Amino acid sequence: MVNASEKIQVKELSVTYDSVPALRSVSFSVLEHEILGIIGPANSGKTTFLRTLNRLSDLNPKLKSSGEVLIDEKDIYKKWNVFQLRKKVGMVFALPSPLPISIFENLAYGPRRDGVRNKTRLSETVERSLKAAFLWDEVKDRLNESAMKLSGGQQQRLCIARTLALEPEVILFDEPCSGLDPISTAMIEDAMRELKKRYTLILVTNNTKQAARVSDRVAFFLMGELVEIDQAQKIFTVPKDKRTEGYVSGRYG
Amino acid sequence: MRKYYEFVVEGLIFASGIASIIFVLLIFIFLLKEGLMVFRDVGLFDFLFGKFWYPISEPPRLGILPLILGSLWVTVGATIISVPLGIACAIFIGEIAPGWLREILKAGVELLAAIPSIVLGFIGLVTLVPLVKKFFGLPTGLTAIAGSIMLAFMAMPTIVSIMEDALNAVPKGYREGSIAMGATKWQTIHRIVLPSASSGIIAAVMLGIGRVIGETMAVMMITGNAAVIPHTFFQPVRTMTATIAAEMGETVQGSEHYFALFAIGIVLFAITFLVNLLADLSLHRKPVRA
Ligand SMILES: Nc1ncnc2c1ncn2[C@@H]1O[C@H](COP(=O)(O)OP(=O)(O)OP(=O)(O)O)[C@@H](O)[C@H]1O
Ligand SMILES: [Mg+2]
Repeated sequence: MVNASEKIQVKELSVTYDSVPALRSVSFSVLEHEILGIIGPANSGKTTFLRTLNRLSDLNPKLKSSGEVLIDEKDIYKKWNVFQLRKKVGMVFALPSPLPISIFENLAYGPRRDGVRNKTRLSETVERSLKAAFLWDEVKDRLNESAMKLSGGQQQRLCIARTLALEPEVILFDEPCSGLDPISTAMIEDAMRELKKRYTLILVTNNTKQAARVSDRVAFFLMGELVEIDQAQKIFTVPKDKRTEGYVSGRYG
Repeated sequence: MRKYYEFVVEGLIFASGIASIIFVLLIFIFLLKEGLMVFRDVGLFDFLFGKFWYPISEPPRLGILPLILGSLWVTVGATIISVPLGIACAIFIGEIAPGWLREILKAGVELLAAIPSIVLGFIGLVTLVPLVKKFFGLPTGLTAIAGSIMLAFMAMPTIVSIMEDALNAVPKGYREGSIAMGATKWQTIHRIVLPSASSGIIAAVMLGIGRVIGETMAVMMITGNAAVIPHTFFQPVRTMTATIAAEMGETVQGSEHYFALFAIGIVLFAITFLVNLLADLSLHRKPVRA
């Protein structure tokens, strides 16, 4: 019954903050090795949804959720160890947020917390991750410098790289390019296209053009509801719902 | 009319700013003028490292080493007790406690800070001192250790509240980034939050110590006030502050003893100035580390 290529299954997920609903009974699946774009106006619950997937939402005591989320067919609250889950489901935030330590240590941070001590192994992980995030050539000679000295675009690629260092299977991007120039944005989009060969990606973006450029499928959220999910091409050309059509044609949002 | 008003207000603000500087300078000059007089009679070395403080013998012997060591023992003891406790308490309040408990604890810490030191000293005298005597089996409970414990209570609120501010100033993105990489709460605190807040933590500790060094009434009440060189925490000691407070009223103005008390003031001033300077330097250090 369960489709094997469904990496994430969301079943009637509802989330409230202090009993104010932010997500209302959302159900859909994310397929393995796809880039799923999530679009929608402000406060439609996109960030809330992402933070539920890796249980970062646990940090907020005001938040309550109901429904089910299965990753690899295992319930994230009942079957997953939360620390393993967060390694499996990496997250890149809207604001580039490197840790205030060296570039090398930013990348080694996750593996070290996981108990990796071997220097060679750490160096290999660092190099591999930086290469996959298209950052290696720019920083290979300054790995011991503070990550805070990098430009915004470089910091964001560093954050992608540090997520990759955890050997995740799913990567969540929350408006990863909102503060970046077009060239940095293009680099991150290239990295995403490359990454989907090995990972499952979810990209929340306020930029419908970006969603159209990189997503395989697109979900449209509105006021906590999933209005429509379909092939990107269809969402942007022949959406089924009037509200989707209104949003993608730029009439509101 | 308006211009006139501006002029007056600006003038007043300028005057009060200048006045505070002038007052500080005057105090400092007065302290130096009176304090340095003692060195007509005693050498600097004999004053600082003299082993005997007999200010009213004939001739007076004015060595303040016992007083410096008294302050040192009490301060070191209070630091050893209050720093780990204060840091742990700040971490608990700032990072671990749930919202409602955090508010209760913060109120408690503020309350502790609001207790006048004389009241703490009084409570210490009737509760802590007998306890110390009994617990360590000493002839008297009026000892350095009693002073240290008491002063630790006074330093705690300073350390906790300043350190809590420092923890609050750590950007949320650091914590979330660390947690999102699968780190546990404790790993995040230990690896990211504490190092990022380190300069604020050092400042908190320094200001706590500064509070301890300058404290007078409470220590005077519970440390036994014997001006002898202490060898353990379990002996009565006399601190520099307590000496000034106790003897200033009984001394003849213009006597050697009188000048010596001012000179102790200079030594105290130099120590607290140094401590505050260190705290300031670490507070204003660039928080970004390589
Ligand atoms: N930490 C929080 N505490 C209380 N309410 C919150 C919190 N975070 C989000 N909300 C509420 O939940 C709803 C959904 O917010 P969410 O951040 O998920 O929207 P979003 O789609 O990501 O918006 P944006 O495009 O502006 O990032 C909003 O009404 C918001 O006010
Ligand atoms: Mg958002």
